[in-house]
Amino acid sequence: MSTREQSVPLDSRIRIDRYGGDTLAIRLSGDWKLDQGLPSTAPVIREIESRQPVRGVILEDVGIRGWDSGLLTFLIKVVDFCSTAGIPVTADALPEGVRRLLALARAVPARAGARKESGREPFLPRVGSQALSVWRSTRETVDFLGETAIAFARLLRGKATFRRSDLSLLLQECGSKALPIVSLISLLVGLILGFVGAIQLRMFGAEVFVADIVAIAMVRVMGAIMTGIIMAGRTGAAFAAQIGTMQVNEEIDALKTMGISPVEFLVLPRLIALIIMMPLLCAYADLMGILGGFVVGVGMLGINPVEYLHRTQEALTLTTFWIGLFHSLVFGVLVALASCLRGMQCGRSASDVGAAATRAVVTSIVAIIVATAIITFLCEVLGL
Amino acid sequence: MSMPEPVITVRDLEMGYGSFVLMRDLTFTVNRGDVFIIMGGSGCGKSTLLKILVGLKQPSRGQVFHGDVNFWDADVEVRESIQRRFGMLYQSGALWSSMTLAENIALPLEQYTKLGTGQIREVVALKLALVGLAGFEDFYPSEISGGMKKRAALARAMALDPDILFFDEPSAGLDPVSARLLDDLILELRASLNTTIVIVTHELASIFAIGNNSVFLDVEARTMTASGDPNKLLAAPPNPNVHKFLTRGEK
Ligand SMILES: Nc1ncnc2c1ncn2[C@@H]1O[C@H](COP(=O)(O)OP(=O)(O)O)[C@@H](O)[C@H]1O
Ligand SMILES: [Mg+2]
Repeated sequence: MSTREQSVPLDSRIRIDRYGGDTLAIRLSGDWKLDQGLPSTAPVIREIESRQPVRGVILEDVGIRGWDSGLLTFLIKVVDFCSTAGIPVTADALPEGVRRLLALARAVPARAGARKESGREPFLPRVGSQALSVWRSTRETVDFLGETAIAFARLLRGKATFRRSDLSLLLQECGSKALPIVSLISLLVGLILGFVGAIQLRMFGAEVFVADIVAIAMVRVMGAIMTGIIMAGRTGAAFAAQIGTMQVNEEIDALKTMGISPVEFLVLPRLIALIIMMPLLCAYADLMGILGGFVVGVGMLGINPVEYLHRTQEALTLTTFWIGLFHSLVFGVLVALASCLRGMQCGRSASDVGAAATRAVVTSIVAIIVATAIITFLCEVLGL
Repeated sequence: MSMPEPVITVRDLEMGYGSFVLMRDLTFTVNRGDVFIIMGGSGCGKSTLLKILVGLKQPSRGQVFHGDVNFWDADVEVRESIQRRFGMLYQSGALWSSMTLAENIALPLEQYTKLGTGQIREVVALKLALVGLAGFEDFYPSEISGGMKKRAALARAMALDPDILFFDEPSAGLDPVSARLLDDLILELRASLNTTIVIVTHELASIFAIGNNSVFLDVEARTMTASGDPNKLLAAPPNPNVHKFLTRGEK
């Protein structure tokens, strides 16, 4: 090598020397570990740029004590810069391991186009892709409803494939295991209705009609709505998470390839379980609500217990009761369909499962409220 | 070569689940720079042994020394500082599915180093480049193939430049070419970083190509029946089961 002309100290671990006019030697020493912090490559690159023309860069180990990825990230940037600038790099004087890893890291070029575009799309494409995704999700929903209807028809003809043991577990899960929370909530709703009613009715001295208010409100619609919402939060979320996890683990794909319809195998038992259990839970919730009203009426307003029960019996007709049960049947179907649909639509990652559960609850509750409005309107038209 | 320096010493280890004993009387040593193979038929307890070595499961009896620390008798802080020097590649890859590849690799760096975001990004790019996945930073695990997942998991296992890398069946589920590439990659990393590597595998090609030390777990005997350089074990099998395993029952 020819004469050394000048030497520039940068970071204490780096020295750049110049040989024969156009060759730079980058000499490294000391500790090059991640936890010691990495020196910036910017000054080194500036050195190389400022000393044009450079015909070659030599990387040299003049006493590196320890190294890990820290040294490699530094070197890669220097080497990448030199190769884009067309400057040949000699790395023979680096530790053997470093040389091999450098070669390995540069062996497979970064796949062009692999990196994803980030940043916002312009307005129109965004509107377009939103519209497309709404269209897609509508089609998925319609497909799903169609498949479920077909599966249900097969069930009626006794041809649907699912495991009876699944169904009995689900019945237990949606039935007896839901009783404590349904009891608590409906009792409290009965209490609240009784309380609010009592304050108004007391002004007219008509306290005894609290029994009517609680009985009709609970049995006709509130019992069904409360159980619907409880089941949406409790069971709907669970359904979506179960099916979503199966989607993530490719279990649904496994069912499909075996020729088993996931709708029959997974959705049908859940639908049946809720269709059977929701009306039962609703009737139970009605009872608990009336009990809540009874506690307020008898305990707070001092109505005679026998009279309270008598008024309740007077106020209720069988029609009211059936309307309540019809509500709950519809809600059962809606919760089952909405949550299974969200589970089926689940993406392929763990966070998608959480999102599916949330969407199941939201969809179910919206569906319940909309359905209530529609049924109320229909009853009005039919004069019920 | 210098004197072998033991990094893991296992003494009279017994392991099992509940009262069920899988293996007993395991005694072996892993030296620095070894590619140590844990061999044995399916279900004999290879993954369980690996879990014990990395400190995810307690042995029912016996000791595991990391350096000269008796791992299961040490304080939690000591155990954690030992575990920080480990990298582990799980049988399923176990990439965190809600994070991109870059985020997967960055997480241990954010936890255990003081690097800034820019430097972390550079280290992440380096690790991905080392496993041949340069440019795949923003992909989610669900968007890449099985072999790529394995390599990304390897990049994550290497994030903190571990002293010891543990692999559970790295080539399971890969095609022969990808499996070969992964083996080459492991060898290359060992040669350049001098990392100690402990591998569970029953891929014969890998065992002979990369292993220089091993232990053979025998399901029937419920203990280890051979240890040492797998090539020497093949040349002079100490018992028929080892021979059968190493020759795939041929001849
Ligand atoms: N969490 C567990 N509980 C009970 N038994 C287990 C558990 N994990 C594994 N086993 C049993 O331990 C044995 C060994 O399992 P494993 O270590 O995974 O085997 P392999 O050698 O195939 O990796 C198997 O028989 C398995 O059934
Ligand atoms: Mg295993």
